[in-house]
Amino acid sequence: MAMAGAIISLIGAVFLFLGALGVLRMPDIYNRMQAGTKATTLGSILFLLGLGLGHFHKVCICKTIILVLFIIFTNPISSHALARAAHYIGIRLTKKTVLDKLHEEDREELV
Amino acid sequence: MKKLLFSFIFLYLLWLLLTGTNTQELLLGAGVSLLISLLFYKKLGIYGEFRVSLKAFIYAIIYVFVFLGALIKSNLDVAFRVIQPVIPINPGIVLVKTTLKSPLARLILANSITLTPGTLTVETAGEDFYIHWIDVKAADESGATEAIVRNFEKYLEVIFG
Repeated sequence: MAMAGAIISLIGAVFLFLGALGVLRMPDIYNRMQAGTKATTLGSILFLLGLGLGHFHKVCICKTIILVLFIIFTNPISSHALARAAHYIGIRLTKKTVLDKLHEEDREELV
Repeated sequence: MKKLLFSFIFLYLLWLLLTGTNTQELLLGAGVSLLISLLFYKKLGIYGEFRVSLKAFIYAIIYVFVFLGALIKSNLDVAFRVIQPVIPINPGIVLVKTTLKSPLARLILANSITLTPGTLTVETAGEDFYIHWIDVKAADESGATEAIVRNFEKYLEVIFG
């Protein structure tokens, strides 16, 4: 069981690493947020579950499940708040961007 | 009554996960959960949005698995993109519309969209969701709605009245 937990934790760590790589390599804040949110969510979930399995004990696993639930509920909200704030203070999207419906709408309201 | 029941179930499940199965603690937890549910009865409007039926319950369980599948797929998608020499992206912010009425259902939908492949909810205004899409496949509203929202919406429609 400790072995299975270690392997699951390792997979989680790989996802966290790829998330960090994404944050470094992506061209603008919104794409970085994409890499950051998704990879950290699954990475942390797997890491915590692996930890719970590694120290196999009923209470321990239940507590990691609670942590996982809170991560699933809070992680997307925080990234949504950051992306929204970034858009409203006018941080530009990368030059590769093909369309920005939200910005068009803002303009219409201002005119 | 429904509000009270849902509030009690959620609080008690949380208590069970935290404490485990000791008879004294089980009883105390039930008492405290009931007391809190009764004290805050007027503030529990959000639980009234659940639909109570066997079908809704089954769909809720299916939804969890659909969501977990989408979460794993989105991680593999991100991993696939970041390890390539030139990152293959075609990003943009698209507008999608949801038919869901309940605020809690909309919250869950927005969160699910953020955790699914290549999409991030930037702004919500009523039924309009502005989604940052890492690889825009459909620029128009109906096409984007079909691609991003429909898969979750059909389950949430059943779970929330």
